[in-house]
Amino acid sequence: MKFSFASVLSNALGGNAAWPAQWRSPEPKASYDAVIVGAGGHGLATAYYMAKERGLTNVAVIEKGWLGGGNTGRNTTIIRSNYLWEESEAIYEHAMGLWQELSTELNYNVMYSARGVMMLAHDRHDVETFKRHVHANRLAGIDNEWISAGEAKAFCPPLDVSPTLRFPVVGAALQRCGGVARHDAVAWGYARAASAMGVDIVQNCAVTGIRRDPSGAVAGVETSKGFIGAKKVGVVAAGHTSTVMAMAGVRMPLESYPLQALVSEPVKPFMPCVVMSNKIHAYMSQSDKGELVIGAGTDAYTSYSQRGALHISEHTLEAICELFPAVRRLRMLRNWGGIVDVTPDRSPIIGRTPVAGLFVNCGWGTGGFKATPGSGHVFAHTLATGEPHPIAAPFSLDRFRTGRLIDEAAAAAVAH
Amino acid sequence: MLLIRCPYCATERPEIEFRHGGQAHVARPADPSAVDDAAWSEYLFFRDNPKGVAAERWRHVHGCGRFFNCLRDTVSDRILATYPAGAPRPTLGAEGAR
Ligand SMILES: Cc1cc2nc3c(=O)[nH]c(=O)nc-3n(C[C@H](O)[C@H](O)[C@H](O)COP(=O)(O)OP(=O)(O)OC[C@H]3O[C@@H](n4cnc5c(N)ncnc54)[C@H](O)[C@@H]3O)c2cc1C
Ligand SMILES: [Zn+2]
Repeated sequence: MKFSFASVLSNALGGNAAWPAQWRSPEPKASYDAVIVGAGGHGLATAYYMAKERGLTNVAVIEKGWLGGGNTGRNTTIIRSNYLWEESEAIYEHAMGLWQELSTELNYNVMYSARGVMMLAHDRHDVETFKRHVHANRLAGIDNEWISAGEAKAFCPPLDVSPTLRFPVVGAALQRCGGVARHDAVAWGYARAASAMGVDIVQNCAVTGIRRDPSGAVAGVETSKGFIGAKKVGVVAAGHTSTVMAMAGVRMPLESYPLQALVSEPVKPFMPCVVMSNKIHAYMSQSDKGELVIGAGTDAYTSYSQRGALHISEHTLEAICELFPAVRRLRMLRNWGGIVDVTPDRSPIIGRTPVAGLFVNCGWGTGGFKATPGSGHVFAHTLATGEPHPIAAPFSLDRFRTGRLIDEAAAAAVAH
Repeated sequence: MLLIRCPYCATERPEIEFRHGGQAHVARPADPSAVDDAAWSEYLFFRDNPKGVAAERWRHVHGCGRFFNCLRDTVSDRILATYPAGAPRPTLGAEGAR
């Protein structure tokens, strides 16, 4: 089924009762050419590009819950590509390029909105770091510009830039092509398009084991719906990657932390862009429903509890109230957590593993939503050819042995 | 917020008095230049990250200032035991064995 003005109109006249299911819900077959573990945005995008660009449609995506119910459906949807190192610039900018046409490509409105992402600087150290980022990005042809506090105020009027603040705004780095997208729509759009090309998406089916043949290579996965054979398995399980990889005896340089977000009651259009402050840890944008979407930090300790501590979100709200005094009397409607998989250098791991036929795409931590199209695109190449895509090659698991880290943590201390 | 019992101060205090110190019982190779890259990488970067009982270090920064170890269930976040640094990891009864 193709969405068009005519289809929307005719369904509206019919009371919207005749829309078909957007993807099939098949029982798993006995075997596939490839199995992807995890139907988050990254896993679904991987399946989509395997089918679309490699003609590989005998593929299953196995999901223990519902598709998009992991971090994909829990994140604050900030999209930007102004990372410091060339390797990161390449992969996030690759995704940025794909975001531009994604709604058309999928025939599904992912509501990508390039409203600008403004990262606030509060002191001299921030200014120097951000200017370094701006210069590095511009050398790489990536949109990023330095603006003054006054320009920041003009770009986002409710922002308080008075010099008397405990952490005054002294300037900002602005990526105008940055913005947000509708997280669920990204998962649904990729699922729908992949399913239409023949990819089986199997929900409510947990992978419980990884079976290996006598040579040690992958033979398939054990699941709550039985054994599914596959010579290639791609693990895209975010916060649960360590546990899934342990099923094949592979240890990962990952730690899983709860990361929280919360939304306010809906209000009239209030802020036109995304504002982030790493220094005082606050992120905010406004959804199309009018809710203010606020990202908090991770808990101090590793956990799979999928909720965060209250003092973490309180800390963020203090910073938000300082930056945006007008929101002080708003009520918060909901808060929730996701489990994020954090690597030592805060960059993802994409590629081969010590086990033949087993591939992994993980470690996106607190900031992988923005990369969803690019991550799926390069990982599809890896799964199809067995070789890393040139953009993904630096993000190998092996870098933790060779020491060729991509240290976005030290470079930016940036989340999202 | 966790309530954590510092084994030195022998009181249960709120989590914000403490700083988390990562996985416990990770021993630095005695002679770093003698180990190969894989072993050094394992020491630096690879962690258990268990879904279940984790042994982790905490430091009572706003109390006695000392490091100690803790067993915590990472699914329920329930703290099962705390013990001084250097002490062996305690074996848990049936209750902690989930
Ligand atoms: C609160 C919060 C805010 C965030 N904000 C941003 C942001 O503003 N910008 C940004 O770029 N990123 C953000 N992120 C990070 C982003 O959400 C993730 O990096 C990204 O969504 C990861 O996508 P994924 O598809 O890899 O993971 P997920 O969507 O988590 O998908 C993994 C899937 O694997 C499944 N799975 C796990 N184990 C098994 C198993 N054994 N068998 C079968 N299936 C299994 C899970 O159920 C899950 O559906 C945020 C994250 C959180 C939690
Ligand atoms: Zn103490």
